[in-house]
Amino acid sequence: MAWHSLLSELAKGTLTTLTVSIAGIAVGMVVGLALALVRVGRVPIAAPAITAYISVVRATPMVTLALLVYFGLPSVGLGMSPLVAAIATIAINTSVFQAEIWRASLLDFPRGQTDAARAAGMTRAVVFRRIVFPQVWRASLPPLVNELSLVVKGSPAVAVIGVVDLTRVAVRWTTQTYEPITPFLSAGAIYVVCVMCLLRLQRYTERRIVERYGIL
Amino acid sequence: MIANFGVVLGEWRALSTGFVNTIWICALAGVLSLLLAVFVSMLLVSPQGAVRRTAQGAVDVLRALPFLVLLFIVYYCLPAIGLRLSAWTCGLAGLVVYNTAYFAEILRGAWAHLPREQEEAGRAFGYSGLGLYRRIILPQILIAAGPVLGNQMITLVKNSAFLMVITIPDLTFMANQVQAIYFVPFESLLVAVALYWVICSGIEWVVRAMDRVALVRGHE
Repeated sequence: MAWHSLLSELAKGTLTTLTVSIAGIAVGMVVGLALALVRVGRVPIAAPAITAYISVVRATPMVTLALLVYFGLPSVGLGMSPLVAAIATIAINTSVFQAEIWRASLLDFPRGQTDAARAAGMTRAVVFRRIVFPQVWRASLPPLVNELSLVVKGSPAVAVIGVVDLTRVAVRWTTQTYEPITPFLSAGAIYVVCVMCLLRLQRYTERRIVERYGIL
Repeated sequence: MIANFGVVLGEWRALSTGFVNTIWICALAGVLSLLLAVFVSMLLVSPQGAVRRTAQGAVDVLRALPFLVLLFIVYYCLPAIGLRLSAWTCGLAGLVVYNTAYFAEILRGAWAHLPREQEEAGRAFGYSGLGLYRRIILPQILIAAGPVLGNQMITLVKNSAFLMVITIPDLTFMANQVQAIYFVPFESLLVAVALYWVICSGIEWVVRAMDRVALVRGHE
């Protein structure tokens, strides 16, 4: 098999890895914010339940979670394709870490501002939408970008449930050609470049936010 | 569902084998990579630019690489250049190499935060070279970095689940085997998740203890 064929396979794998990571992190961001709001708002029963859930999911390896989602959930009536299972796995994993990021910046938020907004007659929903959120996301953005690089590094777990991501492309190429060095080192190099670009992006967002809004 | 949990608990021998395998390979990898990291951290602050840059480059690349890819490189590429190792050796080597990069970077960071006066006072008392490092610098950066090293141990335990892919019978591998034989996927993997939680909570407990020690000794 020719090298340009390997190149196009690797490109497809990279695209799958990035798609799954970005889709997972987008879902995880929304779910994470919801989890954080329930915890910070001290909603009875739900808040302690979420605290326990976060503690368990944070300790679960990505592979184990992928197997649980793909093989386990169908037996309780939630069957899904490998690709959907992959996105769900990443979303479940990253949402608990993102919940902690959101929670940290929500707890840091100055109480005086919310009190003033409430005194001015805003409802709690409006206070969140107009006062809290526009400021809180700025502090959360750099750690969220950092989370994206962690997710890309954890994403090979989805290769185990049959998604043809960058890692599985390399595995497949090796089993077909009996030549492991080129595919694995190329896949590794692509991961390293992607993660290093994301780290650059993180430093850039941090700098831009400081330039535009002053201190984080 | 309750009956299925009964099936899983009936296979407690298989699961506890996996549980113990995960614990000992992680503990061994943790100790070995800490020893290696102490050495690598010295390279990371070497006065010779070439040594420092090479070491930092290697550490940065390893920290940007997914663990599974490194594991495959060790497992598939080493035999291709004539080095045949057992799955266990590959797994342990992969964990140690990968974790050393993170540990070394953590130690370097703690070292950078250590007040210069400590080193200068040590030199004034006649310490130099390895003696200075072993008696003055290392004890302090280990205490300061202890909690961060502990958190990295949790990451190590979670990465160790990838070892199932190269057929090492760790906790995830055994849980997956139980689920495949009896077709109890949900219950079997849920028990594995609970056991991982037990391991990580244990490490977290140690981290909190180290946190208190670091605070008492005046490290933030």
